[in-house]
Amino acid sequence: MTSPCRTDTKAARGALLALIAGVAWMVVSTPAFARNTLDVLTWCDHEDPALLGPFEKANDVKVNFKDIDSTAAALAVLGQSKPGDWDVLVADETDTGRLAGLGLLAPLDAKDFPFGDIPAAIASPKLTSVNGVLYSVPEKFGYNTIAYNKTTFDAAAAADINSPWDPKYKGRVAVYDYYVPEIEYTAIALGMNPEKLTDADLPAIKAKLIALKQNAAMVGDVTTVQQALATGAVDVLFGGGEWVTAGLAHDNPNLNYTIPKQGGVRWQQGLSVFATSQKKDLATKFIQYILSPEGQGKLATSSCYWGMPANSKAVLTDDQKTILRWSDQPTYIKTTFPYLQMTPDFDKKLQAMWAEVLQSK
Amino acid sequence: MARTLAPVVAVERSANEARAARRDRLAGAAFTLPALIWILIFFAAPLVLMAYFSFTPLSPTGGRGAIGLGNYRAFFAESAYVEALWNSVVTTAIVVVLSLLLAYPFAFAIATKVPRSWQRLALAVAILPFWTSYVVRSYAWLLALSPSGVINWTLHALGVTHHPLMLAYNPGATILGFVHFFIMLNTLTIYANLVQINPRYVLAARDLGAGAWRSFLTITLPLSIPGVMVGAFLTVVLCIGDYVTPQILGGFRELLLPQVIMMQIQRQLDLPMASTMSLLMTIVVAIVYLAMQRWLRMARL
Repeated sequence: MTSPCRTDTKAARGALLALIAGVAWMVVSTPAFARNTLDVLTWCDHEDPALLGPFEKANDVKVNFKDIDSTAAALAVLGQSKPGDWDVLVADETDTGRLAGLGLLAPLDAKDFPFGDIPAAIASPKLTSVNGVLYSVPEKFGYNTIAYNKTTFDAAAAADINSPWDPKYKGRVAVYDYYVPEIEYTAIALGMNPEKLTDADLPAIKAKLIALKQNAAMVGDVTTVQQALATGAVDVLFGGGEWVTAGLAHDNPNLNYTIPKQGGVRWQQGLSVFATSQKKDLATKFIQYILSPEGQGKLATSSCYWGMPANSKAVLTDDQKTILRWSDQPTYIKTTFPYLQMTPDFDKKLQAMWAEVLQSK
Repeated sequence: MARTLAPVVAVERSANEARAARRDRLAGAAFTLPALIWILIFFAAPLVLMAYFSFTPLSPTGGRGAIGLGNYRAFFAESAYVEALWNSVVTTAIVVVLSLLLAYPFAFAIATKVPRSWQRLALAVAILPFWTSYVVRSYAWLLALSPSGVINWTLHALGVTHHPLMLAYNPGATILGFVHFFIMLNTLTIYANLVQINPRYVLAARDLGAGAWRSFLTITLPLSIPGVMVGAFLTVVLCIGDYVTPQILGGFRELLLPQVIMMQIQRQLDLPMASTMSLLMTIVVAIVYLAMQRWLRMARL
């Protein structure tokens, strides 16, 4: 018979061991402790094992990623980390200048990456470089334009940027809640050049956006608007694009997207190396892998969201190319504008204006 | 001899009493200290830091600006932000009133009509939805309110509607989600108060000729006000600062202050402006607390 005292001692020892194991696991799993890891701050589309596996195997390394959904989220994580904790950043390339200005990014050598296979407009130094120094390598892009349900929204209507304002579609429109592309897209609808917006343009854009909101059934984040379009709650998504429809192409072939004849807005993300990274060579290798034809094919068709690969030699099936509207890309790139590059002050003004639009009755 | 020893004994006794009192004080301090340290580190210090941040607005270039009231001026100059604060106050007031109106009869029925042996089970059933996560509950409401959800399906099956109604993504859906949650909370606080009221008071009133309504209005209701007020105050605190429910159910049709605070952080990492807004919300809660302080008696729960 076991004495209660001995049982208690055993239980206490077990609890202590469990505690030590727990603490050890927490310590070992911190980025700073792990030596054979590459630590990446990334959006959800870089997290598929099928994408990361070949790189990890080839370099005998574990890619430790932390999910972020905006540059501000990345800055918040960096604020809680030690210099050197993170090696690679995936970010919206409109923020390259801001991040480089903060001294966070390491200069890169263009010769290390396949810039020759990237369309000129995507490789533009305006988004990737500051004062002639390369800080970000473009890897994926897409559009904020009109996504719609083919069975309920006319393709001819989708070709006109003003159709979401048509009273005919009242209550059938969803608006994506990201003020930068929505404001730019509305500027295009007003015949403005969205790359050269000033304070004087804002009242007209605000009035037009308020009119759009009055015609819309909802304004929502990525998940909400995608769900609304997929379930038939709305017929058209203002600000949507291939990132909403392509991944659902097989389950819901009625979803489509197009660039209206007046143009659209182009998002573009890139890879950078942190200035404080202690593994810059490995970080460069990671970017090279993501920019390789195989890496690009997997990134473009990520389970999180699809998008156009920056490298035109990306390995994709014909079916995948059709879904991504591969052959339309030269025209699409020509008729779309990249995200605004703003001063923090102008950014604040746009955000305040967007809040006013959302509060309008 | 006894006469000479008496003062010595008295002095010794008083010294012992002083030592005992000191020991008690030390023991009291030792027991209080952990909680006090916890509150200082995790509440007071962050609050002071937040207040400091709120007075250091970002400069136009995005760096740290000069200390001043710039953020407060910017907040009150921007109508959309003031409106968000107002929306939060109005939404919270509606939720408090609706939750109390629905929770009181429910708690009263459990406390006075349900046999004592069944009360525990009735209360457990009443707070059953507490067992599911807050986020899951909000998404469950979203599914119920969706165009293909059970409410639209029922309306369509009954021939009331011919097209699905957009029931979610509006302030009404936010209030619905909140009220569902806070009915449970208020039922608990009101029930806890009602069962403490001595039933002899009502019996005495009835003996003296008061009707059921009069004895309820003049005895039960006034005595249950502390439970009502505690429930109302907890509802204010939890509702005014909630981000999840308006985000999931309300969409962006009308912004509440927590949503605007998140906009400052998610889009621009403007922590000073987010701190300003949070502090203003804390001030609103403090004003509500001061207004309700007279009736807030936690010991009655």
